[in-house]
Amino acid sequence: MSTPKPNSFRNGPDAHGHFGAYGGRFVAETLMPLVLSLEKAYEAAKADPAFHAELAGLLKNYVGRESPLYFAERLTAHLGGAKIYLKREDLNHTGAHKINNCLGQILLARRMGKTRIIAETGAGQHGVATATVAARFGLPCIVYMGEVDMERQKPNVFRMRLLGAEVRAVTSGSRTLKDAMNEALRDWVANVHDTFYIIGSAAGPHPYPAMVRDFQTVIGNEMRAQLRAVEDRLPNLVVACVGGGSNAIGTFHPFLDDAAVEIHGVEAAGDGIDTPRHAATISKGSPGVLHGARSYLLQDRDGQVLEAHSISAGLDYPGVGPEHSWLRDSGRVQYFSATDREALEAFTLLCRLEGIIPALESSHALAHVMHVAPQMAKDKIIAVTLSGRGDKDVFSVASALGEEI
Amino acid sequence: MSRIASRFAALKKRGRAAFIPFITAGDPNVETTLALLNRLPSAGADLIELGVPFSDPMADGPAIQASSQRALKAGMTLTRLLDLVRAFRKADGETPIVLMGYYNPIHAYGTARFVKDAAEAGVDGLITVDLPPEEDEMLRVPASTHGLDIVRLATPTTDDKRLPAVLDGAGGFLYYVSITGITGTKSFQEESVRDAVLRLKARAGLPVVVGFGIRTPEQAAAITRFADGAAVGTAIVERVAAVSSPGGIDGVVEFCRQLADAVHTPNVVG
Repeated sequence: MSTPKPNSFRNGPDAHGHFGAYGGRFVAETLMPLVLSLEKAYEAAKADPAFHAELAGLLKNYVGRESPLYFAERLTAHLGGAKIYLKREDLNHTGAHKINNCLGQILLARRMGKTRIIAETGAGQHGVATATVAARFGLPCIVYMGEVDMERQKPNVFRMRLLGAEVRAVTSGSRTLKDAMNEALRDWVANVHDTFYIIGSAAGPHPYPAMVRDFQTVIGNEMRAQLRAVEDRLPNLVVACVGGGSNAIGTFHPFLDDAAVEIHGVEAAGDGIDTPRHAATISKGSPGVLHGARSYLLQDRDGQVLEAHSISAGLDYPGVGPEHSWLRDSGRVQYFSATDREALEAFTLLCRLEGIIPALESSHALAHVMHVAPQMAKDKIIAVTLSGRGDKDVFSVASALGEEI
Repeated sequence: MSRIASRFAALKKRGRAAFIPFITAGDPNVETTLALLNRLPSAGADLIELGVPFSDPMADGPAIQASSQRALKAGMTLTRLLDLVRAFRKADGETPIVLMGYYNPIHAYGTARFVKDAAEAGVDGLITVDLPPEEDEMLRVPASTHGLDIVRLATPTTDDKRLPAVLDGAGGFLYYVSITGITGTKSFQEESVRDAVLRLKARAGLPVVVGFGIRTPEQAAAITRFADGAAVGTAIVERVAAVSSPGGIDGVVEFCRQLADAVHTPNVVG
């Protein structure tokens, strides 16, 4: 790592927010001045040690970082192959990786003098994290959430309300994450003067994909250092689930220039990627423009965006962050998928073997690990990000397993 | 001279502002849209904005969202939309047609092929809401080789520093969004819109049209005391929502006639 790398995978985006052919700022003119000033404010914050110090303090004392890197001994033995380490983002305050980014963005909102916070949410983890930081900093918060998602993530809806946020049901379109993001963008256009939009995915117009990534790279940076401390080497394989792709890009980015490290993203295959009901944007989509960026997209021949389907509300999104699209085309990261059924199996297995209830989102990454670990030698290492805990999912899982609670 | 330029030149000669109705193509079906298109010019439409339906219209309020959904449900596509324009052009070679929508359907059609087909079909300009100047080169360059105007949007957040970027490459007319918000959800404040429009007129070198908050003939008349045109969308589309076939469009046409009359009544031009 001592020589400069002109061909680094870690230099993006360019000045216009492009990762190769992807990214950009595809927003209405009303938002453009704001998006440009956000970019300036973020550049200034990045260069300010006081900003980093405040964020680091909050990550340590409020979130509880660093999160453990846990050797899953019984899961490893059960699968009979590579050693499996879990990056325990599920142990963060609020129960998922989302808080890492929310803290960074709300500090930025405060620097910009914005007094009202909005967010979109799918599974509710980002909504809960946003409601949490809004409470912590005393700012009013409105969370847009698809009606369908509100139904399947009831505990998180209540959690957000407890935290003082207003949860607005989105009834347009497929009534899931995509539509929640449309509605949040509409709110933003109408309230640009005082509102900061905390986007949770590594998606949206520039600078969001880069900014969300930067705030989430704490995952990969810690993972790297922790593995060095325990094993004195890099992992052979790094795995994370990909919906919009925030925990994945935060996990992957610090490893992108380590050619020896293989990197796998895992999308939600729903009923199967050869059925119409899935959310495997990179595996089955094509480039298009949605929510401020050019990226892979699930769309029909006429460019109308299709509904995504996954048991996991957090992966139920027909788009993906633009940097993932670029990493896919470059071949640096390989993208796979896991079905609802495979994710449920992985969910159950981790509960039984390790005493950890994983989020359904993270269960997709685990399902892929279940598939590849047995094919790898016992001296190989897999590091997988457990992006969140599954308490919020118990109702969905019970209903999928045909049980009543 | 393009159809848009000659239309504004002709209006200027008569001391008139432009009335520009917006309807969504294919809402509620192709036949009804064609019937509306055919009757709008005689009802007083000087230009027509034809909405390109999109599954995720992020800058639109509930009325236009719903109209997009109705059109998509009825099977509207860009290919069919261009057929519609061709059919309209059989009888009307003069009224400019400006398509208004989002980029992804154009991207999926193939940008280069689309601008060629659109120009041949008789489209005159494109308003692409999610292509700010920073991103519109890939559409603007091929569009200009086919004589299509890229109509740019200016908003209350477009300050003097940013305005040159908005004007550089702008064609046809400048569309001033009178509110910070989505279509059909807020009312404009006449005084601040007036200030903004006069500022834009001094610098644009293009006619300045106001849209996004005009619902009534009175408002349209007020706006065109200083603007070169008034675009009305939501209030018309709400009336289209009650129509199910070409036979039911009289009310919509009559409403457009009232709007047009209000715009065309001689004004003290600012």
